[in-house]
Amino acid sequence: MTSSDPGALHAQTLSEAPCGRRLFIHALNAASGEGQEWVARLRELGFIEGEPVQVLRRGQPGGEPLAVRVGVSTFALRRAEAACIQVMPADAS
Amino acid sequence: MTTVTVDTSRLGPPLVALVGNPNCGKTALFNLLTGSRQKVANYAGVTVERKEGRLQLPSGRRVALLDLPGTYSLAPHSPDEQVTCDVLAGRFDGERRPDLVLAVVDATRLARQLRLVLGLMRMGLPVVVALNMTDLARARGQVVDADALSAALGVPVVSTVAVRADGARALLERLDLPPPAPAGLSTGGGDQVVDDHRRVRDILRQLGLDSLQAHAFSDRADRVLLHPLAGPLLLLALLFVVFQAVFAWAEAPMGWIESATAATGETLGALLPPGLLRSLLVDGLVAGLGGVLVFLPQIVILFFFILVLEESGYLPRAAFLLDRLMGGVGLSGRSFIPLLSSFACAIPGIMATRTIQNPRDRWVTIMIAPLMTCSARLPVYALLIGAFVPARTVAGGLALQGLVLFALYAAGIVSAIAVAWLVKRFGTRDRRQTLMMELPDYHWPSLRNVAIGLWQRVLIFLRRVGGVILALTVLLWFLASFPAPPASATGPAIEYSFAGMLGHLLLPLFEPLGFNWQIAVALVPGMAAREVVVSALGTVYALSATADDTAQALAPLIAAQWSLPTALSLLAWFVFAPQCLSTLATVRRETGGWRAPLLMAGYLFGLAWLAAFITYRIAQACCA
Ligand SMILES: Nc1nc2c(ncn2[C@@H]2O[C@H](COP(=O)(O)OP(=O)(O)O)[C@@H](O)[C@H]2O)c(=O)[nH]1
Ligand SMILES: [Mg+2]
Repeated sequence: MTSSDPGALHAQTLSEAPCGRRLFIHALNAASGEGQEWVARLRELGFIEGEPVQVLRRGQPGGEPLAVRVGVSTFALRRAEAACIQVMPADAS
Repeated sequence: MTTVTVDTSRLGPPLVALVGNPNCGKTALFNLLTGSRQKVANYAGVTVERKEGRLQLPSGRRVALLDLPGTYSLAPHSPDEQVTCDVLAGRFDGERRPDLVLAVVDATRLARQLRLVLGLMRMGLPVVVALNMTDLARARGQVVDADALSAALGVPVVSTVAVRADGARALLERLDLPPPAPAGLSTGGGDQVVDDHRRVRDILRQLGLDSLQAHAFSDRADRVLLHPLAGPLLLLALLFVVFQAVFAWAEAPMGWIESATAATGETLGALLPPGLLRSLLVDGLVAGLGGVLVFLPQIVILFFFILVLEESGYLPRAAFLLDRLMGGVGLSGRSFIPLLSSFACAIPGIMATRTIQNPRDRWVTIMIAPLMTCSARLPVYALLIGAFVPARTVAGGLALQGLVLFALYAAGIVSAIAVAWLVKRFGTRDRRQTLMMELPDYHWPSLRNVAIGLWQRVLIFLRRVGGVILALTVLLWFLASFPAPPASATGPAIEYSFAGMLGHLLLPLFEPLGFNWQIAVALVPGMAAREVVVSALGTVYALSATADDTAQALAPLIAAQWSLPTALSLLAWFVFAPQCLSTLATVRRETGGWRAPLLMAGYLFGLAWLAAFITYRIAQACCA
């Protein structure tokens, strides 16, 4: 992902997305060293570019883990894992 | 150790392997197909459960069925997924390669699950798809045409409902037909996940199967059950009920088992002449059997709740709520219930670690479970605290005795946290644990599946663990009874036995901790179970060795004979001591090898020795 990517203008990471907002997966990228494997895993779970996602709720205390809806499934993700997922608002695409 | 490799590929009936995502209904389908004809064990060398069953097809042909661990993909990310991939590839030592893959697919989550089917079709094995949970999909307005899906995929597809008695009829008929040719699907050139994703999406769009919405009931339930305030409160209430049940409900049946054991022992004792045979039967065999059976009520009650919670889909939610708490020490929320259970008894606790999918987390949880103060330690604590800690209040009304008891529990918990942290920090390669846990839809627990699961736990315990416990009890009886004391003996008989010799032999090891030879000798038979130490001490001090009154007679005796540092040191010893062969037997059984139990015994022994030593020295310094 380079900054010349037009989508990157609206993109934010899933870890920062507000609860309930309908989003689309824009890209997945490794935020850290282990990220490479996490990204591979996330994609196998269904976090694939173009899929609709939504943060349903956050655990307490500390806003972790996140309950995330992707397709018709729900996953619990830690914040660092969700940070690998770049999302865009559903109306921006 | 040498292993003999046998080519099993031509032995036995054809092997059908069930493969699918977690929660697709694989186990339910397996139970439906095989009923109680199942064998539960471990895969060689790993903490992963292996389930095999037999099944007779309508034509009378026999098939062996293997329930492989659930997996999201064929690029394994955890040891249990690794098992699935290796078995499918024919790479797993000691397992034959399946003759047919039965891909179980949740009809309400087709997109993700069919991608796994495409992956399976690339493995070069014949594939049949069991389209499961079709009843739920239908109820939500999606009827899947199995034949159309079969045509689109290029492999046979049959609809199943794993929770209905006749829900696998079509599947049985299909299995009776000759197996399809190995599904040949070549790997694409580009990004396989994206390619497969597109392909599945196109198929689903074509068949009109892409309009299903998320399960509304689960969403509504989660609004309460995962609510930041209500969620934890409900979980707390639930845990309270579960552990109330484990302690309170189990008490009566445990009492019955104990009285039945005692009554059987007395009856036998009255029938037989005094002597070796009577001693073996009464003190060895009957006491040993009673010692095994007495764990059953707690195991049954705990597993009933765990299985219901697991079947219903609540267990991952509990893990979600507890993730922060357990994540702090590098474990996941799933470790919480096994650890909490270990306060009742480490045996059901360790058996409950089967719900932890990540084998590393499971291993660490097993390792720290004995640090939770189990109820068997209470009699020892009660004896020592009663004898040595004055019954007065300190710091404005707090009972000192209660405070010491609390400190003992806290010491166990704190050291468990420390051990977990150390193991996670230095013992495993990947430092940052992943969560990425699915929160499945809620289901009504199926009574049949709960019953089968419960029955399996009971069998595992009685067959595998029970045998070892029984054998060890008899062995300890032997050690404590032989050789008989000489005619001129003055001390208690146990002093002249092998156990006594062993105690004396171990004395140099225990002397730095302030233990006298009576304690050292009592620790040997005490390995059967911690509370046995109390009666063993009674025996060593030549009291009548019967139950509760031993403790009462013993307390003033040891209060007079032991120093306070010795008593405190023994208390510290019991926080860690691996003095429970039943626990070690369970660990061996659950991890499938001697490595874990030996490691556990070793590290607990080391910790116990250190803690007792430090306590003894400090107490001595303070008392002096
Ligand atoms: N209604 C319905 N429920 C099912 C079906 N198959 C499985 N279940 C339920 O789905 C849940 C998960 O099933 P389980 O066999 O434990 O899934 P596994 O993780 O693949 O082994 C359980 O509560 C089952 O009772 C089905 O065909 N219909
Ligand atoms: Mg299962």
